[in-house]
Formats: sequence, structure tokens, C-alpha cells
Amino acid sequence: MRIACPHCGTRDLAEFTYHGDAANALARPDPASSDQNAWNAFVYDRANPLGDHDELWQHAGGCRRFLKVTRNTVTHGISATEMLGARS
Amino acid sequence: MARYSALEIVRQALGGNKGWKPAWRKPDPKPAYDVIIVGGGGHGLSTAHYLAKEHGITNVAVLEKGWLGSGNIGRNTTIVRSNYLLEGNVPFYEHSLKLWENLSHDLNYNVMFSQRSIINLFHTPAQEDEAARRGNSMILQGGDARFVRPDELKRRMPALDVSDRARLPVLGGLEQPRAGTARHDAVAWGYARAADQRGVDIIENCEVTGFVRDGDRVIGVETSRGRIMAKKVGVAVAGSTSEVMRRAGIDRLPIESHVLQAFVSESLKPCLDTVVTFGGGHLYISQSDKGSLVFGGDIDGYNSWAQRGNLPVVEDVMSEVVAMFPAFAKLRLLRSWGGIMDMSMDGSPIITTGPLPGMYLNTGWCYGGFKATPASGFCFAHTIARDEPHPLNAQYSLQRFHKGTVIDEKGQGATPWKH
Repeated sequence: MRIACPHCGTRDLAEFTYHGDAANALARPDPASSDQNAWNAFVYDRANPLGDHDELWQHAGGCRRFLKVTRNTVTHGISATEMLGARS
Repeated sequence: MARYSALEIVRQALGGNKGWKPAWRKPDPKPAYDVIIVGGGGHGLSTAHYLAKEHGITNVAVLEKGWLGSGNIGRNTTIVRSNYLLEGNVPFYEHSLKLWENLSHDLNYNVMFSQRSIINLFHTPAQEDEAARRGNSMILQGGDARFVRPDELKRRMPALDVSDRARLPVLGGLEQPRAGTARHDAVAWGYARAADQRGVDIIENCEVTGFVRDGDRVIGVETSRGRIMAKKVGVAVAGSTSEVMRRAGIDRLPIESHVLQAFVSESLKPCLDTVVTFGGGHLYISQSDKGSLVFGGDIDGYNSWAQRGNLPVVEDVMSEVVAMFPAFAKLRLLRSWGGIMDMSMDGSPIITTGPLPGMYLNTGWCYGGFKATPASGFCFAHTIARDEPHPLNAQYSLQRFHKGTVIDEKGQGATPWKH
């Protein structure tokens, strides 16, 4: 598996660190919220789809930027890669 | 159907071995059952066996999407052990080991359970302290554990590098003498045959495509072979849990599916008669009765529903084998494959009533489900038959994640790809 880093180009899987379900991570509850159910769902519950999955990868062996990658969990085919927190 | 015995072998031989019958029937599904188990893997089949044997519930169907034993029960590295630390886990896995010890007799089927022991190597003083703590926890809870020093390791495993030239010199190991291996396919076949003999219908090539509902209550399943009604439906589908439960309208669970790879070398003369694990990384290796080395390491570490992995883990695993046993560098790899693991958020399983009325869920085995096969079925059968958990699985609830009572053996937190 190779991931096309928008900054560094296409690189081997071994250069990247996995950080899990992006849809979940980016939907983090408001830090000021004390809604127990929302926080529990955020920490523990996952959609875990068979098929396209938005996920976070860090290019730890390269530019160290965080990427949102849309990858098919059956074929490992990657259909989109987006850099997060891009500076202007 | 005939019991398997030495006498039966002689009797059948006299008849030219033409009288052997298939080990289980191939029935068509009936319109309704008392209990349907979704998933004809090890856990589903053992659940059916214990439902019939312990609870007298024999109007049971086991529905399997593919052929029997095509999932993780036929893909694992066959290790059986109960060397856990935490209170929630030790009694459950210890009970499983006790069931293993009598399993071939119970099933009248040789599962080739071999108590060749497991040795977890440690390489640093901190790991030694952790091993002592875990060993003491096992002994206090009725299990068995002992320390093994490098001179004994060298005597028992001549190929193991215990020299101080190693990158991570071996300080010793924690041994569980009652641990070992079993023939994984025989476990599936043995449970299937035993359950079938008590009247359980095992229905292969029958995929569950939906659940029949009466309000919230689950009252049957839609399958590729038609609708089948049931008073109770148990789901034991390991890595496919999220997808099957989605068909019941449950969209989110504390589970992620990840791929775990396993490897087999070419056959060689007997050279390793225990299971041994590497403490400098993550590797477990044993030698099968055919002579092949059977081994594996970590999961690949990203969500996957593909029964194949990627190369970085292959490289990791091979380098760990060679670090432990330099002579094995000359071996050729015969096969590698992957299985889909139901990684739970705390690394511990879920055996529970619900989450819907009429439904029961067995999942979250991470990559340790094989050793749990007997106790998982035993406890799941109890949970289904009595509508409440057995004391051994009371802690394996689905609610524990929302109640703060997780059982996190490795202390990793909610990162399922690190358990």
C-alpha cells in the first residue's frame, strides 16, 4: 500500500502512522460540553465500514503533516488524500 | 452416528472403510428454530454444542455464510493459553483452558490439544518485573506460571539466541506449562459433529442478509436461503460483526475490523517443542505436527476488511523470527494469509444479551479468540439460554465502555489497533 502525500508525493505505507477514523476524530464534541453520551460515543463507538473509510494518517517519516485519506477497506484503493490544517 | 474409537477403526477397516458417514448432516433450514446462531466459526459452533449439552436446547440452527471453518477458526496460529493479568479475564480464560483439557473426550473428536507450554521471553528488568507480576496474578487466581532462566531456555530451545551478543539479550521467560496448541480445523469439525449429533442443524452457504423485527424485538433472520424465524438470535461473526449488526440497524459499536497476518514456513525436523513469544517486539511461534513453523505478529494497524495484509508487517515479523532464531533465516516461507479481527476498544471481548431484545452478541475477540473458543461458547450458550450472563462473562458487557469499567489488559486506551 502506498499513500500519495500532497506535500511529499507517493510514499510507502511504512512512512505513515495511523490515527484512526477521521469522521469520528473530526466530529469531536465541544470541549466545554459535559454531555456524557456524546463523549462516550466519540471515544468508543465506531462505524467501522466495509468499503470507503475516511481516516487520519500522519506522514511521520516525511513532512509530519496530518492527512485525511479516503481508503477502501476491502481493496485498499485510495480515492482521495487531503492535507489537514494547511497553513495559508 | 458411530462414536469414534479404536474398536470402530477396526470394525470399519474390516468393512473396507466403506461405512464411514459424514461428520455432520447437510440439512435444509426449517421455517423456525428456538435459537439461531449467526456464524459457523469456532465460537458459533461451540455455542451450539453447549446449548444442546448444558441447557438441553437442541432446536438450534447455525447459519454460516461460507463453508464451515472458513473464517478465523481456520486461520489462526492455534495457540491456547490463559496467561492474563486482570481479574475480569483470568477466570474466563482459565475456565477455557480447563475445557480444552477435556475437549477431545467431550467431543469424541481428537482436537490434538498439545500442552507443550508457552514461554513469553523478557529482555529488560522492567519486563521481568511485569512478568513476575503477571505470573503472580495467574497463580493467585488458580493458574500456573513459572520463571525460566536463559540456561534452561538454551537447553529446551537450542536454536534460540540467548547470547549477550543479541540486539535484545534474553533475560528469561515467563512460562505457562499448561498452555499449548490445538489443531484448529479439528476444533471446528469436532464442535460441528458433536452439536449435529444432538440435533443442531448446521447450515452452510447461508448468508444472513437482514433481521426480522417485531418492533425492537428480533424474531428471525432473512437469509440467502429464505426467511427463518427464531425465538432467540445469537450473533458470533468475529471480524464481520459491524456489517452484520448494521443489517439489524445497529450502526456504531465499540469494534473496529483489522487484518492480522499469519505465516507458515517449509517443514523441518522437530526443533521447537514449546510456543515461544518475543518480548522485544511482538512475535509468537510454534512448530506444527507437520514440521512447519507457524508464526505471526502484530495486526497491520489500519481498518481492514481484506483477508490479506501489507509488506511492512511481513518484514517486521521476519526480522523478529531471525532475531530470536538466527538459524531460521535460511528457511523459506511457504504460505501467508490474513484474517479479519474484531478489535474491541479495550482489547477484551463482549458476550452479552442485546443490544436488541431477542438478540445476543458475541464479539470483540481481537486476535485472541481461538483459545477462548470453548469458554466463549459455554458462556454465550448460558447467556442465550438464561437471558443473563454467566458469572464468567458478566464483566464482558457492551455497556462497560459507557460505564467506565473497561478491561484494558495492555493499558492502551481506546486505540483498537494497538491492543
